[in-house]
Amino acid sequence: MEWKRKDLLGLEELDKEEIELILTTAESFKEVSHRYIKKVPALRGKTVVNLFYEPSTRTRVSFEVAAKRLSADVINIAAETSSVKKGETLIDTGRNVEALKADIIVIRHNSSGSAHLLARNVGISVVNGGDGWHEHPTQALLDMFTLKEKLGRLKGLRVSIVGDIAHSRVARSNIWGLTKLGAEVIICAPPMLIPPRIEAMGVRITHDIDDALRDADAINVLRMQFERDERNAFPQQIDYFRHFGISTERLKKAKKNIIVMHPGPINRGIEMSSEVADSANSVILEQVTNGIAVRMAVLYLVSHAHDKINEATD
Amino acid sequence: MKLLIKNATIVDPACDVYAELDMAIEDGTISHIGAHIKEEAETVIDAKGKVLMPGLTDMHVHLREPGREDKETVATGTVAAIKGGVTALLAMPNTEPAIDTKEHVQLLKGIIGRSASAHVYMAGALTKGRQGKELADFAAMQEEGIIALTDDGSSVDDEGLMRSALRLARERGLLVICHCEEKTLANSGVVNLGLISTKLGLRGIPCEAEYKRVARDILLAEEAGCRIHIAHVSCEKSLEIIAKAKKRGVQVTAETAPHYFTLTEDAVSGYDTNKKMNPPLRSAQDKEAICQALRDGTIDVIASDHAPHTESEKEVEFDFAEFGVVGLETLLAVSITELLHTKVLSLPGLVRKLSCNPSAILGLCKASLKKGCQAELIIVDLHKEWQVTKRSLVSKSKNSAFLGRRLQGVVEYVILGDRVVHQARH
Repeated sequence: MEWKRKDLLGLEELDKEEIELILTTAESFKEVSHRYIKKVPALRGKTVVNLFYEPSTRTRVSFEVAAKRLSADVINIAAETSSVKKGETLIDTGRNVEALKADIIVIRHNSSGSAHLLARNVGISVVNGGDGWHEHPTQALLDMFTLKEKLGRLKGLRVSIVGDIAHSRVARSNIWGLTKLGAEVIICAPPMLIPPRIEAMGVRITHDIDDALRDADAINVLRMQFERDERNAFPQQIDYFRHFGISTERLKKAKKNIIVMHPGPINRGIEMSSEVADSANSVILEQVTNGIAVRMAVLYLVSHAHDKINEATD
Repeated sequence: MKLLIKNATIVDPACDVYAELDMAIEDGTISHIGAHIKEEAETVIDAKGKVLMPGLTDMHVHLREPGREDKETVATGTVAAIKGGVTALLAMPNTEPAIDTKEHVQLLKGIIGRSASAHVYMAGALTKGRQGKELADFAAMQEEGIIALTDDGSSVDDEGLMRSALRLARERGLLVICHCEEKTLANSGVVNLGLISTKLGLRGIPCEAEYKRVARDILLAEEAGCRIHIAHVSCEKSLEIIAKAKKRGVQVTAETAPHYFTLTEDAVSGYDTNKKMNPPLRSAQDKEAICQALRDGTIDVIASDHAPHTESEKEVEFDFAEFGVVGLETLLAVSITELLHTKVLSLPGLVRKLSCNPSAILGLCKASLKKGCQAELIIVDLHKEWQVTKRSLVSKSKNSAFLGRRLQGVVEYVILGDRVVHQARH
């Protein structure tokens, strides 16, 4: 199996083998972060540009660390969302970055589909670092990597995703990735936060958190973004914790070794209690560590595919 | 000046003609229709195997002039129209400035007089500046020649104002064209609310946003006794409401556009902004319902909703891209490919939706091939294939939802009066 895409835009368009290839490549990169000299020359001489239209510390830093451990040069651009009427368009910005002879753009943007737009308009590699409510493929990949590391497999696992599914790119990417690899996915949220017809993506819906926890091998708890939901989605933060928050009491009814994940940053006391976040079930910090290996794998694979495509057309 | 068209399959639903015949046109007027006309003529066209039909009347066109000549002008838009077989069209008033006063109608009329190569009819705005706050002066605009009223692009939210508008329009015998959209329900959406909005993570527009406003406008029009026409119907529920209203005698007609009977929400996958329009592409079930409504007569008209936008307005993030697609040049070919060749509509049925019905709704004495009528007709090769590409389009904007598609149906000749104004290149 060979990786052939110059871009990583989402998990929807990937097949099972491609996802597995990223995960196994990440396994081999994980060890680099444990070396005395945490660096390999895989991307030496390459330039990675983090083009971030949304404030994000953890994803940006994770990509930066990943690129640097591959010996790439990294440039961070914190850009303003450009509308049609003012400022530079996304395509123009992308072409300017390309003209700097950068090799990979990692884009984070609050508009769904922006990574696709950029990828269509530049010749260099584009990695989606999160686009609107659409996809956040590297987050889902690191979630899957962590699960596989902990439980030895993904096929047949029951994974519940809890929280604001409607506005979550993490949820969408996890749903695509996990279902392709044979896991059973349950989503749990108040009805207003479940987008229409999502069951067609191969998930089961529940509004009952105890149901979501029952027999689950893992639970992925999304960050509640009350500031994002303009109208009437959920009345009160305190209500949210009462009905959907993960507490120690609730966790007692779940499998003893249930894995608790969270893409961060956590709102302690809203989507989960502090106790749970810091419990033995929690793998939240391991997710952060694994994020580096997964992003190293992605940067490495797209960069090599791009070079191959270029050689072929030369 | 005499023109003779030989061996054409003449389709004229107005006169119940559907046969292979000859037609003679003298000084711009149809002088003779019959088998084997043996007359001398300056120009003879052999139309064997081709269809001769009335020119299309496209009652939903955004020509963008005055104000947005970077997107389209009356000149470029009407050249595109003629190429697509559209000999008459209704220009929407959402220009800059809006066509909402006597002076603005005069301004547009002047531009049309100078630069239109097809018949352009004018619609005036219902409210000043299309702001939905204060009614425009219907009488003054009508004196200058508008034949319909619409705030197309938006709906008049204020129900009291809409009620008054319908009463005044009725008094003046003006048709009101309704863009049915309830903004709070549309919720700043950009695609259909459903699996596609879920998959793409985009804000969805529910069907309620359309059909609730269809219902309101029908009820208000019924009470006012005003004729209304529902523009660009996209979903099944709207059709149910329209069908019921027609049954109880409300003077309501309805239109759809080719993208609604050809494409579904799935076409938006990959964030193609040339599939972004308002109302949005709906589900497969809605598309099927549109076809059924074309068949059973609930939908009277197929119009293009030609909405040109520049590339820089379309090649942006999906959320930021303008709504709308061009359609003048594909209106007929998509209808032939998707409705005629698939047997949704018969050929006379298709001609009714594209020519006879819109012409009748607008009160134009057109779309007939009767002896004595002014010639306004097209000759079409129903089977000739072509591919829609940016280069194939003569409209100033290239934002077609059908780019890349192969279509059947080419307009071979367009005849206006005694002139052949368009002849397809071979």
